[in-house]
Amino acid sequence: MSVLEVSDIGISFGGVKAIDGVGFAVEPGEIFSIIGPNGAGKTTLFNVISGMYTASHGRVLLAGEDVTGLPPDVLAARGLSRTFQNLQIFHRMTAAENVMVGRHLQENCSLLADLLRLPSVNRQNRATRAAALALLDQVGLRDCADIPAGALSYGASKRLEIARALAAEPRVLLLDEPAAGCNSVETEDIDRLIGRVADRGIAVVLVEHDMKLVMKISHRILVLEQGRMLVEGSPQQVRDNPLVLEAYLGHHGAREAARA
Amino acid sequence: MMTRLNRRSVILLALATMMALLPLVFPSSYYFRVASLVWVSALAAIGLNILMGKAGQVSLGHAGFFGIGAYAVAIGPAHLGVNALAAVGIGALLSGLLAFLVGRPILRLKGHYLAIATLGLGVLIAMVITTESRWTGGPDGMPVAKLVLFGWRVSGSDTWYWITAGLLLIGTWIALNLDDTPTGRAFRALHDSETAARVAGVAVNRFKLQAFVIAAVYASVAGSALAMMNGFVNPDQAGFLHSVELVTMVVLGGLGSIVGSIVGAAVLVVLPQVLTVFQEYEHFMLGLLIIVSMIFMRDGMVPMLARLITRGRR
Amino acid sequence: MSELLQFFVSGLTVGAVYALVALGFTLVYHASEVVNFAQGEFVMLGGMVTVFAYAAGVPLPLAALLAVLVAIVVGLLLYWLAIAPARGATAVSLIIITIGASILLRGAAQIVFDKQFHKLPAFSGDTPVDLFGAAIQPQSFWVLGGAALLVLLLYYVMERTLLGKAVMATAANRLAARLVGVNVATIMALAFGGSAAIGAVAGILITPITLTSYDVGTLLALKGFAAAMLGGMGSPLGAVVGGLLLGLLEAFGAGYISSTYKDAIAFIVILAVLFVAPQGLFGRRAVERV
Repeated sequence: MSVLEVSDIGISFGGVKAIDGVGFAVEPGEIFSIIGPNGAGKTTLFNVISGMYTASHGRVLLAGEDVTGLPPDVLAARGLSRTFQNLQIFHRMTAAENVMVGRHLQENCSLLADLLRLPSVNRQNRATRAAALALLDQVGLRDCADIPAGALSYGASKRLEIARALAAEPRVLLLDEPAAGCNSVETEDIDRLIGRVADRGIAVVLVEHDMKLVMKISHRILVLEQGRMLVEGSPQQVRDNPLVLEAYLGHHGAREAARA
Repeated sequence: MMTRLNRRSVILLALATMMALLPLVFPSSYYFRVASLVWVSALAAIGLNILMGKAGQVSLGHAGFFGIGAYAVAIGPAHLGVNALAAVGIGALLSGLLAFLVGRPILRLKGHYLAIATLGLGVLIAMVITTESRWTGGPDGMPVAKLVLFGWRVSGSDTWYWITAGLLLIGTWIALNLDDTPTGRAFRALHDSETAARVAGVAVNRFKLQAFVIAAVYASVAGSALAMMNGFVNPDQAGFLHSVELVTMVVLGGLGSIVGSIVGAAVLVVLPQVLTVFQEYEHFMLGLLIIVSMIFMRDGMVPMLARLITRGRR
Repeated sequence: MSELLQFFVSGLTVGAVYALVALGFTLVYHASEVVNFAQGEFVMLGGMVTVFAYAAGVPLPLAALLAVLVAIVVGLLLYWLAIAPARGATAVSLIIITIGASILLRGAAQIVFDKQFHKLPAFSGDTPVDLFGAAIQPQSFWVLGGAALLVLLLYYVMERTLLGKAVMATAANRLAARLVGVNVATIMALAFGGSAAIGAVAGILITPITLTSYDVGTLLALKGFAAAMLGGMGSPLGAVVGGLLLGLLEAFGAGYISSTYKDAIAFIVILAVLFVAPQGLFGRRAVERV
């Protein structure tokens, strides 16, 4: 059964349809990429799925349950996690603390116990920190654990966001341009990381501009253009589809690319 | 993790030692009184710092809660026959409850809007206190009965020095406790990015509300302590200017720095005492201090000093 | 009926002052995104300087002009000494700075002038005008007329002159405005100077009715802000409507409900507006981008 099922999503801003009639389904362990030219509505779609925006119509099912319109923190508890295109890290907290916040839902959080710092709080803290360090290790940031996140490089911050998202033990992980601004070595690291995540049975939905990365790791690809679905299929099918080339390069460019 | 634990104990130990040693150099009871004022203000400032510095939510009406605490110990024994200590509890409960009820809609707001809403709340509380003179004595204020603990009448500025010092120690301990816990991390996370905190599963509104209630209770207890110490309350303690003073203590000392709030309170309490000769200039100086510190010490005194020290070591 | 009219006119009169304060807020907020809590102090300066200059023998019109000039200078100084150096500070830091400025100005007024209440003679006598049975102070007409004139003048400047366009451009996008050659710093300074002038005029017009003292600014600023909020931050039309509405609410509230809580009405309005419709009557709702 699909772990994430999106059907007929639409949203408008000031009368302009940013997304219209978009739907897809993702299986556990699948890497599903969404590509399209700038302004195609990829991030907006993520914002709708993750509960940041309220869709004008359409439904989002998470593990078969209707979660349309639920707020992000409730969705997180249901197993949906995401990263952001424009970094959203806790820049005044250390890298380890960032990931520890990611463990929030796995933790027991009682205000009174925290105010008095009962021994149970300290025990739990140690466990949470250990889990956070293990995750930092996975994304290659173990050495930066106690550095303020605001001091990390762009690529490192991107990976920190992935570690934080994984800390919540999601069933579905939305990654918004994880490789943007990364050099080729960092991109390869992220590529391997995404593969490992999917191998664990987590459904990965990826928005990414690095076509090499997308073509290499995706199981299926959805192409958006101006908020509508253009093509959906395997990397090979998408690569060979003339409509896709046209969407990216325009009619004229596509002809030239075909000639080249 | 160990270093964190140590830091907490070191701060508490240093504070306790300073509190114990200061009286040795105090030449007169006046000094006890000024120091007690610092402890009380610091208590309120620390609470506000949990809200502003940790959770990142401004409150420009916090003196309102201070006033509720102060008037609780005035009105409780005088009009309702409530024991003074119980009145402290009732005041804290009322403040917490009010913060809980009003916080829900108010804390949805951000930036200017939050500032104005909290300001409006504070001014309204002060207006009620000033207007309901049958209960509160109106603009002139009212006397507060002496605190009686198990038959012992608490009085004298040195006694109050120790009581307020103890309260501040407890307040500091709790505030430091909070830092490295799920709740404390949730506060700091939503301060840096509400969006990311939400996605991590942090119920942002609940934690904002918790911070608001905690800060209100701190202010209320501080207000009660001051009222009993002074033996008198007046509406100024709930007023807008006092709210601004509390915010200034927090910002001057350093947002998010618990030690900073104590330092900020010390500066704002002691400075006017030193400048009593220029009493006419008190407001002028306060305004100048606020502007200058906000422009030149945006991060606050304690974080700035800490940075200078670490830079010096390198 | 005559009682109703009486409340209505006195509400409009006070409301006109709130509208001017709100307009000052809006102007500064438009150009610099600063919420200037010292706005009320301009009103105080307008009244106090006029009172003291008049008492020193300066003819009233000259004294009023002097007061406006003093306020403008203070407004410019506020911008250059306190706002411009704090560029890049958070919204809340800037609010605290302007609160600091407001306390400082109040402190200065207390030293330069005194702590007493002062009155100005009404501009055209104290004989009430009978209007459908209601006795109206002639000064009310001065306040309403003056406010209307200022609003029209501001409207003209904003809509019809290059300067107004530059202010609008700065408000819309500071960087883009700078790129097309708008001197953003000058625009902001002008906004502070202009809002100071508006505030001062309000102070001069209302002093014959409400008296003035060194500390009238705080409450006026808060109420002006409530008015601006009611109308929707950043909307000049909203500021005027919000101000008049708040004045009427206060007058009718004090007349028919409770005069002791007259001053509370503004704050209840602030809270109610923020809870129900944070964008105000004429403001626009923004979509948060992530």
